[in-house]
This record gives sequence, C-alpha cells and structure tokens, in this order.
Amino acid sequence: MLKLEARPQPSKFWGIGSPLLALVFTVIIGVAIFMLMGKDPVKGLLVFFWEPIKSGYALSELAVKATPLAIIALGLAVCFRSNVWNIGAEGQFVLGAITAGGVALLADASTGPWIIPLILLAGVLGGMFWAAIAALLRDRFNANEILVTLMLVYVADLVLSYLVYGPWKDPNGFNFPQTKTFEKATQIPKLFAGTRINIGLLIALFGVAGMWIYMFRTYGGFQLQVGGLAPAAARYAGFSSRRALWTALLVSGGAAGLAGALEVAGPIGQLTPYVPAGYGFAAIIVAFVGRLNPIGIVFSAILMSMFYIGGELAQSRLGLPKSLTGVFQGLLLFTLLACDTLIAYRVVWKSGSIKSGAK
Amino acid sequence: MSETTPLRLEVKSVSKRYPSVVANDDVNLLVAPGEIHAVLGENGAGKSTLMKIIYGAVKPDTGEVLFNGKPTHVRNPQEARALGISMVFQHFSLFETVTVAENIWLGLDKSFTLDAVRQKAAQKAKEYGLDVEVDRPVHSLSVGERQRVEIVRALLTDPKVLILDEPTSVLTPQAVRVLFVTLRKLAATGCSILYISHKLDEIRELCTNCTVLRGGKVTGHVDPRDESNASLSRLMIGAEPPKLQHREVNTGAVGMTVHGLSIRAEDQFGVTLDNIAFAVRAGEIVGVAGVSGNGQQELLAALSGESVRAPSGSIKLFGNDISRRNPRVRRAGGLHFVPEERLGRGAVPTMALAANTLLSRAADVVGKGALGWVSPKATASLAGVIIKDFNVKAGGPDAAAKSLSGGNLQKFIVGREIGAKPKVLIVAQPTWGVDVGAAAQIRGALLKLRDEGCALLVVSEELDELFEICDRMHVIAKGRLSPSVKTSEATVEKIGEWMSGLWQTPGVIAAAAQQATGAQHA
Repeated sequence: MLKLEARPQPSKFWGIGSPLLALVFTVIIGVAIFMLMGKDPVKGLLVFFWEPIKSGYALSELAVKATPLAIIALGLAVCFRSNVWNIGAEGQFVLGAITAGGVALLADASTGPWIIPLILLAGVLGGMFWAAIAALLRDRFNANEILVTLMLVYVADLVLSYLVYGPWKDPNGFNFPQTKTFEKATQIPKLFAGTRINIGLLIALFGVAGMWIYMFRTYGGFQLQVGGLAPAAARYAGFSSRRALWTALLVSGGAAGLAGALEVAGPIGQLTPYVPAGYGFAAIIVAFVGRLNPIGIVFSAILMSMFYIGGELAQSRLGLPKSLTGVFQGLLLFTLLACDTLIAYRVVWKSGSIKSGAK
Repeated sequence: MSETTPLRLEVKSVSKRYPSVVANDDVNLLVAPGEIHAVLGENGAGKSTLMKIIYGAVKPDTGEVLFNGKPTHVRNPQEARALGISMVFQHFSLFETVTVAENIWLGLDKSFTLDAVRQKAAQKAKEYGLDVEVDRPVHSLSVGERQRVEIVRALLTDPKVLILDEPTSVLTPQAVRVLFVTLRKLAATGCSILYISHKLDEIRELCTNCTVLRGGKVTGHVDPRDESNASLSRLMIGAEPPKLQHREVNTGAVGMTVHGLSIRAEDQFGVTLDNIAFAVRAGEIVGVAGVSGNGQQELLAALSGESVRAPSGSIKLFGNDISRRNPRVRRAGGLHFVPEERLGRGAVPTMALAANTLLSRAADVVGKGALGWVSPKATASLAGVIIKDFNVKAGGPDAAAKSLSGGNLQKFIVGREIGAKPKVLIVAQPTWGVDVGAAAQIRGALLKLRDEGCALLVVSEELDELFEICDRMHVIAKGRLSPSVKTSEATVEKIGEWMSGLWQTPGVIAAAAQQATGAQHA
C-alpha cells in the first residue's frame, strides 16, 4: 500500500524536481491524447518539443512569444507572493496595448524614435491604471480583487472592440475593425535582423534581475513577502498591508501593460480585436510553474511558448485543433500541482496492516 | 493496583521514530481506573507523541496498547472516542469559522441535533465551572477560551480515559481549583485521567502517579505526593533549574504612560477597553494578570501599534504621543514587543531565522539607501548572535522558523527583541507552552533586562510567573484595568478575586469591599 508521509523539512530536491516530473507526466498524457486522436505520437511530440527549437529562426520565434509571458509572469509573481490575487493580467495587457497604441497613432511620418519610450510608458501606465481600479475597490470597499481583476478583463476587451470598430478604425482600411498600421518610427527596435526579436527580450531579462533583487535583497520586497506569508506578522512588524496591496497590483498591472505595449508596437504593429492572445492568463501558469521565482519563470515562459508554437504547428501540420495549446497548458499546471505534493510528503511503501504487538 | 481489576490502560514498550528524531523509545505506562496520572516532561520529551499514540492519531512503530486489559489497536481518534478515550490537545483542533456549539457537534455522534448539543454543552460547561458561550464563532475566542471549549467537548463524550495536555495554563487560580475539583469528581466515577503538564506544584497536588519522560525515554515512575519540585525537576531535565535572582527595584524615569485608553470593540465578540491607565518606569517589571479574553489582546494591539484606534494622547512613550503611530515608529522610539503567537505573528513560519530578524530588527540590518538593501550576511550574522546568546537549538540562521520547537522559537523571538536594547519591552505570555528550562532562561533574561534599566510590561495568564518576576501587578478584567499592587503585598487569593473584576478603587472602597465579600461568599 502506498502511503504519504510528511517530511520533516520540505524537500529542496523536489522543489526543482516537481516541475520536471510534471513535464514528464504532461508528455506521457500528451502521447495518449495524440494516440486517441489517431495521430502519430512521435510526430506530435516533435511538433511540440522539437520544431520550436530546431533552428535559429524557430528559437527566435520561441523568444518572441516567451518575452510577453515572462514580463507578465514576473509582475504576477510579485503580486502572488504578496498574497494579492490579480488574475486579470490579460485585461491590463489589453489596456496597456490600447494606451500604447493610442500614443503610436499620434505619430506621423516626421516623428523620431523618441516616441518609443513614450509608447512603452503609456503601456505601463495603462496597465497600472486598470490594476489600480481593482486596488482602489479592494482598499476602499474591500471588494475581492480576484473577481474585480477578472471582470475588468472583459471590460478591457470591450473597450478595445469599441475603439477598433469605432473612433480609431482605419479610414482606409476597407471597414476592417483595425487601426491603421503604426508609423515606422513607432516600431520597437529589433535586436537581430531577420527575426522578430526586439528589445522586449532585454527588458524581460532586466526584469528577471530586477525582480530577483527587489524580492530577495530589498526591505521593500521582504515586506511584500511577509504580508503574503503571514499577515499577522506583517502587522506585528508594522508593514502596511495597504501599501503592499497597491504595490503588488501596480507592479503586476504595469508589467502586463508593458507587455501589451511591446506586442502592439512590436510584432503586431496595429490595434485589432485579436490583440488579446491569452498571454495574461497563460502567464498565471508561467508564474506558478516557475515557482514564483524569476529564474524559474524564464524556463516556464520558454516552455509555455513552446506550447503556443506547437499548438499552431499541430493545427497546420497535423490538422489538430488549436485548443490543444490550452490542453497542454492545463495539463502542465494540473500535473505540477499534483507533483508538488512530493515537496512536503514522501511516498512510502507500507504493508497493509501492522499487527499490534509486533516488535 | 488490584490484581482482580484489569488496568484501564497499559502501554507496553512503545517506540515511535520520526525521520529526524526518536520521539518514544520503549515507553511503558500503566494507568488504573479512576487514577489521575501525570505525564511529566519537557517540550520534545515525547509526551505529545505518546498521547497521540494512545489516542490513535499516531501509529507506533513497535509496541502495543492495552485498553481494559485487552490489546487494542486504535486506528484513529474516532475509534478512540468510541472506546471512551478523549483528548484535549495543547494545540487546539477547532474550526475557526463556525461557532463553539457547531465545533462540538462536529466531534460528536451525529444522532444529536445541533440544538441538543448546544444545551448539553452549555450545561456541561456550567457543571464544571467553565465559562463558555456556545454561540460565539471560534475565531473570536482567545487562546484560553478555546481551551475551555476543548475541555467541554471532551467531557461531553463521557470519557473512560481523559487526556489533558497542559490544561491549566490559561485558567485563574480559582478556576484551576474548580477544575481540580471536577477532575477529582470525574476520577471518582472511574474515569482515568492522563494529566500532561510541566507544572510541578499542580502535579504534586492533583496526581497520584507520575511517569516522567526525558528524550523519549521513561526516566522515572513516582508518586508525586512523595516528591519535591526539585526531585521531579531532576527527573525531568536532569538538573535543577537555575534560581532566579530577585532584588529590590530601583526605578528610574517613566518609560510608558497610558491614560484614558478606551477603545470600542471592533465586533460584538471583542472586548471594549474602558479607561485604562498605568505607567511603567525604567527598571521595573509590571505584570498584567487576568483570564484570557478580558481585553489582553486589544490592549496589546493598542500598545504595540498593530491597532491604531487608541484615542490621541492616550499612549505616551517617554512623553511622546504614540497612540496612533505604527509599530515601526514605536520601535524606533525604543518600544519592542514579544507577541503571544510565535508562528505567524512573532515570526514568519516558512522563512529562515535570518530573514525573521527583519521583522523587528530592520534598523540593524537594512542598508540606508532608498531601496533598503538587505544583506543576507548581515541577517544571518544577527540571527547567529541571537541563537548563540540565547542558546537556541536550531539548525542555524537558515533554519525555517517553523522547524524550531515552541520553546526554542520563543527564545529566539525574546532574544531578538532583547538584542535590540529596548527601552520599553512588552511581553505577552513569555513562557506559554515553553519547557521549564527555557522558561527559566527567558524569565532570567527579562529580569536581567530590568536590572539594566529597561521598563517591562508582562501580560501573562500564568500567575506563578507574574509572582516570580514582577515588581508590581495589575489585573485586567472585562476591559478594565485594576490599580497596581506590589507583588510583595499581593496574594494569589487577592489577584484571583480581582480577576473577576472586583477591586477597590479609591472613592468606592466601601461599595467594592461589600461586593468583594459578596463574591467570596457566592
């Protein structure tokens, strides 16, 4: 009989081993899914785990998708570590895209590259503003931030739709619901010619270092963590829970907004109803699979990006539905949560019954 | 023990080892029907594990348990309760979101209706003199009140063996008397009582048999009535606890003054503080006695700054009004605080000891820059100093707070606050659930701090402790604070009377005296 036995200390080994084991289980279940759908599982796995890394260009595409995921997840990790549950990063991403897009639309042919910092700043402020609504409602009226941030996602989507179907619609766009293509000057600078990688990647890497330093080496980050882990200890120490709430939501909102700005002024280049790609929701999984740790988030963002690309390829190459991406994302989170049991418990084999009096 | 009647409970060579420690090593325990049997030992001696084995919450690796002479394999607490074994845990197992009655209902036979349980519980509580309001949600109860709920819950099952884990730590002396009377009454009906404690006086007064544990092994089996505190201590810790130095006080400047502190309760189950006034001078320890749930939590939160609802001007630290300042400002002014709850309030359970120094010692380890740079070296070395100075048994500065035993974590927290060289130190329940050795050490550290000129306020529900270390004592009852009395002039009876809210205030002496006599007769 298998039994779970509590460990005296949480296992450091399984802290790292659990996501890897979860990945193994995800692959095994993935193979079963491919077989059930009548597809060659080897081909399926190649599409998900080999195609995205087989060439330089494929790797660059992997980075393009991983960048917004990592940026959003970094902000969310700060938030979740503070015990503030912002699950509406998607909405903050969209708002950031809208405000950044608004600034980009102001540019004309004579505009210089000075507009780019403004676009990014607008994105950050847009995301912060959207998160600040949730912070204000929580602070003033004790409204649940989980619900408020989630519902604001749909509001943000509708605001975007209103703008691209209405006032911001490209007059020369054959009535398609989209803005005009942004001026060349607004284009986020690329890092390598011939790829779509832009300076967003650098921003993400700086973000990783920045978040690590902030959370683990500064008093401010420590205060946030204490507020998340033990609210009574935070009160005892005199750390403000209101400040933690605002910091957490503004940081995560700002990060999501920045990712939105980098997307619209980068790979997309205009506002369309298809700006929301689910990055904000996927980033929640990225944050948790990455153990709310900045280094871990880098790896989980890459993994999640593989699922995105693999899902698209599975659609075009194998004729599988695109929703397979979501299935894989969900599987990974699900198996991770299951495997996390091993951090606090060990599995032991015990014979069925212990005879009383056995010596 | 008679040959004809089988023993109520017999534990035979039980051993239980955990991954990092042997909790019980070949332990034997014999309990006759109707016997009050003490299990004595320091924290970590294996008392709790042994009780959990009897109660079915833990499975022994080897050995067996006989109940009424028959080998019994109790698989879980439900089976134990069905057999008639009940337990009151030291760490309470109550659901915080529901009421007292609903909590009791959860542990009982499902054939009762909630209403019947409410009545039975209220009746049982009254019968045993335990003050319990059955309709209050548990989250609003203090530690002491929760313990009373646990006792009532255990009594409701009409147990054959009742296990009590440190039951008196939160009762008034009078209530302890009442409890002892009921326990003796219960024992006379044939119920065996296993009484886990480290209070030697109580054991010697109440128990007829005593099994002493040290390091998981039985070190003695004695009749406590024939023993002295010193001989029991020796069995328990292998040496006598060091004697505390008590000397006449030389008080200095007034450190903290509280005047007109009235705060309305935040919810219907909180306690409203009513015009509290006192002062603490440098070089003295002032005690606040009282049964838990009489406003201690509210008073402490107002003094520490965890709550800033105190009226302006009501709390002064060296003449500065701090009544609405947050704890960090108060700390900067020299006011430090050791809270009652260690895990989750005094320390973050999952964080290392090193990181936990930041809660109250940020001034010593955080860099001056705007970012507030935290150097892991600085926090680790600070934690190392505390561990060394206060003889904390821990894996080192990197050990998580929750990996320490209660006594060691308390030593760490007390050490952390004392290390800050406070001018005023407030300590709540300094030795609650702490073993004798650690308790003596903590009390010694507090006395030393007093002699160095710190003003100390100690809020405790353990009268012995207050009598031992305080120079003056107040009593808090129903949100009001009594005048202070010198410890040398106080008696346990008088303080116990005051705990019911009956004390003489100048001007109404006559009326109060009348009331007090009335209460004595009641």
